[in-house]
Amino acid sequence: MTPFAVTGALLVALGLYGLIAGRALLRRIIAFNVMGSGVFLMLGALGWHEGRADPVPQALIITGIVVALSGSALAVGLVVALARATGRQHLRDDVG
Amino acid sequence: MIALATLLILPIFGALAVVAVPGQAARVAAAVAVLSGGALAVLIMAVAKGGSVQILPGGWGAPLGIALEADGLAVAFMAMTVAVTAAAIALAARTPAIGTPFWALVMLTWSALNVIYVSRDLFNMYVGLELLTLAAVALVATGGTSALAPALRYLFFALTGSLLYLAGVALIYAAHGVLDMAHLAEAPLQATDGVALALMTAGLLVKTAVFPFHAWLPPAHAAAPPPASALLSALVPKASFVILMRLWFDAVPDAATRSLLLTLAILGALAVAHGGVLALRQDRLKQIVAYSTVAQIGYLMLVFPLAGGGGAAQPWAAGAWSGAIFHALAHGLAKAAMFLCAGIWIMAAGSDRLDDLRGLARALPMTAMAFGVAAVTLMGLPPSGGFTAKYLMMTSAFASGQVVLAIVLLAGGLLAAGYLYRPMEALFARVVPDHRPVSRLLQAVPLLLALLAFAMGLFSDAVYAFLQTGRPGAAEGGL
Repeated sequence: MTPFAVTGALLVALGLYGLIAGRALLRRIIAFNVMGSGVFLMLGALGWHEGRADPVPQALIITGIVVALSGSALAVGLVVALARATGRQHLRDDVG
Repeated sequence: MIALATLLILPIFGALAVVAVPGQAARVAAAVAVLSGGALAVLIMAVAKGGSVQILPGGWGAPLGIALEADGLAVAFMAMTVAVTAAAIALAARTPAIGTPFWALVMLTWSALNVIYVSRDLFNMYVGLELLTLAAVALVATGGTSALAPALRYLFFALTGSLLYLAGVALIYAAHGVLDMAHLAEAPLQATDGVALALMTAGLLVKTAVFPFHAWLPPAHAAAPPPASALLSALVPKASFVILMRLWFDAVPDAATRSLLLTLAILGALAVAHGGVLALRQDRLKQIVAYSTVAQIGYLMLVFPLAGGGGAAQPWAAGAWSGAIFHALAHGLAKAAMFLCAGIWIMAAGSDRLDDLRGLARALPMTAMAFGVAAVTLMGLPPSGGFTAKYLMMTSAFASGQVVLAIVLLAGGLLAAGYLYRPMEALFARVVPDHRPVSRLLQAVPLLLALLAFAMGLFSDAVYAFLQTGRPGAAEGGL
């Protein structure tokens, strides 16, 4: 199961980079989902013992997917509201 | 235990009821607050008399099921949450711009907080944190168009933090096969635990808005409507702090290394300095109070170095542990009082610019008094709850030979005096302000909260004794 876990870790790194360094808001939401998929892949791969799947990580993944979906939905809703109100699809960097 | 179950379930039903009957939202919220207060009183008596109260949902114990346990720490935080939420509800009922979503979101935030306080399962805590994040971000967004960008910024920080935390949880489960903290404490440490704990701690630091991950907090808290800011600043960062405390003190006390303690000490000290200096430079009251939260969260991080260092037996660790919790509670009450004061002044003067607040102490003396009493707690002057917190932390700083941390605590108090002096100076200016009247009943709300924070210092021995119920062994033995 190591290839899956390694792929998961790579997806986490890619997603994290996009989430932090990205500017377009929609792109950052997608990066969040890439990172989330990486975590779920890791969870699934690490829950594989001697040819048998451990059910606990699978339950965690399902819960995690629901949570990530809700987070994405809220994020997309806020981005749409921001674009309608201001026409912007970026966050300005004037607050620190 | 019915009282604990009631406290956990009531806010969720309240949120659903608000959606069903939006016209009665304020009444539903008031009913939930009153009933929760009653259940809390029963729970406090039970815990004070018989120790921690546990619920095993479905009768399944850990590790198969998820245990919920209300110890002294959890119940104290629940009590602070009831007080702050009830006060925010009282002010929101008289704030014209508050809509139906606010009421449902307040109660969702509340139920998420309660779940986090009593959780002992790493994944259950993750779910609680996410519910809290989604509700809190939406609460910020109720502040209108200008709050959308701060809400999004907050959401991106918070989502990154939760995935880092979840990645850590995945590694912990892979190494140990358990998620329950009590079982984790008994398991020997594995090689991957260092990475796992680093990921979880980083995620929680982002959620707690510890320097340098604090950039989202001031704009978000300043943009939200004042009753929402009170909840966001007083309660929401405390939830991830409680998880951080439970993680390091309950679950893996032996894993704390010198470099971890040093890192947290430096981040805490920088937060105190950075938040304090930036608070000095703001012109709006809500911004000042929000930057003050960044600084005050810095103190909380000092609990880790204060409880660590030295040999095996560390008598000062208990003082540091209790001091940090005292600080979290007193800060929560005082900070909520300040945001509610800001809300009342916005009602009266139409803005929270310091220039527009000039002379308002004469017009609204009770609110100015509330702000003053809350400021005394934030500065850590005796005999407030903030003083007890600082006293406990200072004592352990000297006892453990970490004088630098005592200096950080003192300097933070001086900075707080500085940034809180400016609003006070404006309030007490000798000019006759132009303002709309605000009812005295409403003015009493922040005053009550501020007096509660003050009373924590007067009755500190009772609070201290209560907090020791179910205290983890590491709070005595040190990290």
